[in-house]
Amino acid sequence: MSHACTLKVNGMSYPLELDAGRTLLTVLRGELGLTGAKEGCDDSECGACMVLVDGRPVNSCSYLALQADGREITTVEGLANGGELHPLQAAFLDEGGVQCGFCTPGMLISAEALLRRNPDPSEDEVRLALGGNLCRCTGYQKIAKAVLAAAPGATS
Amino acid sequence: MSTGTYLQPASLHEALALLAEHGGAALVAGGTDLVVGTRQGKRTLPETLVAIHLLPNLDGIGGDRGGGLMLGALTTHDAIECSELVRSNWTALADASAIVGSPATRHVGTLGGNLANASPAMETGAPLVVLDAKVELQSSGGSRTVPIESLWASPGRTTAAPGEMITGVRVPAPARGSGSAYVRLEFRRSMEIAVVGAAALVTLAGDGTVAGARVALTAVAPTIVRSPAAEAALRGSEPTAQAIAAAAAAVHDTAAPISDVRGSDGYRKAMIEVIARRAIDVAARRAAGEDVPVPATMTVGGTR
Repeated sequence: MSHACTLKVNGMSYPLELDAGRTLLTVLRGELGLTGAKEGCDDSECGACMVLVDGRPVNSCSYLALQADGREITTVEGLANGGELHPLQAAFLDEGGVQCGFCTPGMLISAEALLRRNPDPSEDEVRLALGGNLCRCTGYQKIAKAVLAAAPGATS
Repeated sequence: MSTGTYLQPASLHEALALLAEHGGAALVAGGTDLVVGTRQGKRTLPETLVAIHLLPNLDGIGGDRGGGLMLGALTTHDAIECSELVRSNWTALADASAIVGSPATRHVGTLGGNLANASPAMETGAPLVVLDAKVELQSSGGSRTVPIESLWASPGRTTAAPGEMITGVRVPAPARGSGSAYVRLEFRRSMEIAVVGAAALVTLAGDGTVAGARVALTAVAPTIVRSPAAEAALRGSEPTAQAIAAAAAAVHDTAAPISDVRGSDGYRKAMIEVIARRAIDVAARRAAGEDVPVPATMTVGGTR
């Protein structure tokens, strides 16, 4: 059975008809063409599919799309302001926090969720906030450094 | 995945009516067990889903007139972890919610869901057992309150009747001079499930001896279990390292673990004693007024 809903993604509203079992990730990628969020493990272990729902980090691979009906969804595509990179994106580039790039959208979203709540985190707090995001390339050092550099409360 | 029916009631009343009408319907809140389980291929999504994640008035943390704690079933682990009220007086529960899954799990995963999933490895169960919590169950026919220890029947099964929903948890104020803690054995910091875990509540008398003690164990039996032998060993003792170690050595009265992918029965038997000792130690230190940071697992070392 199809169910009518409206997904509000990065400020745009998308009216959709969805089956109950559809996950938010498959709808973002399949119906809306927003392929920034990635399917890694497909069961909430790796964090590559991370998006914000009402400002909170959610593993979209394991979240029902219908449960996001009417709520504010932010994907990695919503971070940049037009042609201007988000400070986190710029810091990931500057610090070399990206290698193959597959985990990067999820890392950016988890980091954004952290910085919205805590603009001046410690390195331990950054590492805890990224605890649900796996990266097989970087060894995490430069990712943690990038998040600290992008923190609006950082003094350096 | 299923192409079944998705129902999103606007009120608790409507949710309970839908549960009564659709036998076999499953509740979904954060989906961190139900939906994740389907992605892992453990089960298929139930044919009818009643989505309760946005129901009003079920996600609060508050104090009651008797000094107790009231938690709505939809309270997230993140909200519990961050609550100064929970941390101050029901610290073991904050210890537990703070180490569930990842930040994403804690932001959408709910207390009611953790209890209803009835995993013997659940983090919030042992703390709520030592804190003597009561669980509120409601159905279209009425409501009842059960001691949390009688909520679980077996792994993955509760004693809730068809059509009943967990709506809240009530936790009495611990006696003066009490401290509590929850510690788990973990192989990694995040996205982890307890290999074994232990919660303790220690109440100290004016002379520093143990006036009351409760100990509960995680992932060593089909459900969360208390250890009457460990509790009896603590009662009346001075909480010295020796006395705490002796009490922890008594947990084998109810610890009867199985072997699975996270550990063998023998390893769990050896480790439950260690983890119980750490939990009792932190509870006793908190009871004596020491500020042991939440989550205790990070402070005293839950890793190998």
